[in-house]
Amino acid sequence: MTGLAESHRKLITVITESNLERDLVKEIESLGVGGYTITDARGRGDRGLRASHWGHSSNIRVEIACDTPLAEKLLARLREKYYEHYAMIMWVQDVEVLRPEKFR
Amino acid sequence: MPLMPVGLDPVVMFFALGLLAGVLKADLRLPPAIYEFVSTLLLLAIGMKGGIELATQPAAGLAGDLLLTLLLGVLLTFLAFFVLRKLGGLELANAAAVAAHYGSVSVGTFAVGVAFLASVAMPYEPTLALQLVILEIPAIVIGILLARGVRAGTPWGEIAHEVLLGRSVLLLLGGLAIGWAAGPTGLEPMAPLFFDLFKGILAIFLLEMGLIAADHLGGFRRHGFFMGAFALLTPPVFALIGIGFAILMGLSAGGAILLATLAGSASYIAAPAAMRTAVPEANPALSLTAALAITFPFNILIGIPLYHWTVTVLFGIAP
Repeated sequence: MTGLAESHRKLITVITESNLERDLVKEIESLGVGGYTITDARGRGDRGLRASHWGHSSNIRVEIACDTPLAEKLLARLREKYYEHYAMIMWVQDVEVLRPEKFR
Repeated sequence: MPLMPVGLDPVVMFFALGLLAGVLKADLRLPPAIYEFVSTLLLLAIGMKGGIELATQPAAGLAGDLLLTLLLGVLLTFLAFFVLRKLGGLELANAAAVAAHYGSVSVGTFAVGVAFLASVAMPYEPTLALQLVILEIPAIVIGILLARGVRAGTPWGEIAHEVLLGRSVLLLLGGLAIGWAAGPTGLEPMAPLFFDLFKGILAIFLLEMGLIAADHLGGFRRHGFFMGAFALLTPPVFALIGIGFAILMGLSAGGAILLATLAGSASYIAAPAAMRTAVPEANPALSLTAALAITFPFNILIGIPLYHWTVTVLFGIAP
């Protein structure tokens, strides 16, 4: 294993309403994020049970791995744009990625 | 001797089954892909049926009827907004969002109406499928305008994309075009899937709708007496207005029943998605609970037979 020093990234995980997907992806891409992974999600939180079996009450989980400056920009942008009116939670983890050239 | 009350279609029992299963928290859940699939089939079938008949018997005075339909959509939205704001005292955003739901229409309710007319052997005008598309749109635009005004920053491009290229408008218009272009003989090979199976597909759709409605019943307790009354009283009142417009258009009794059904129905697919994007400050649970947990069940269980009865009396064809 070589180059672990350059392999540190932030992993942002966003859980939000699935009907935000298109808008959210546009936002993420406009900030220069090269890649992300979206999965369907379900669970319970502030806004009650979010069952996944119907569009309007289902959730998505978006994962983005990127460097710290971009992560900060991204977190600020999403917080400002969506926190007030939409069901959204986010958390950030330190991760080490393989093939760091694939992540900004 | 079947135990069904006269006029209640057996497909409705599937809705009741789904509702019951949902309320009892039974382990019944259809995969989301099934819901997408059956609703796609229903939309295409409704569109194609209208298209075929438009091809064989071109409708006279189509433009005038479509204009009146647009007017009906606009009128119902403003009426709902006025009631919600003045009588209900709802906040601006919530009143506008709920009004958009009730001015717009529900394809699921329309499909039950179509099945109902088939079971009582009543024909209806092919233009109804087109009127369904037209009724879906103006309410959403007006709802957004009422909530936001004509201010800069409204993502109109996105909203137009969502509304005009939404699944229901696209599939209904697409089905209409295909039905119109291919005609009855061209679509003959597909008839077993789209037309013969219509009721079976509708039954599966309603089973899922029952489960979904059960999910939203809890919201009813939170939103109080006024919203419950609104969701229950709006359908028959709006349906009466719909019947009035049907008479203006000179529709047949079957057409009048379907237009009443459309006017009395509330959108639970196109409107919620558009409102979430354009009026995020409105509470989505408020309109969804009303439209899904109260208005939709009311319409398919009581509303449609009631509109049928009203029209047969008004048109002087009571059995």
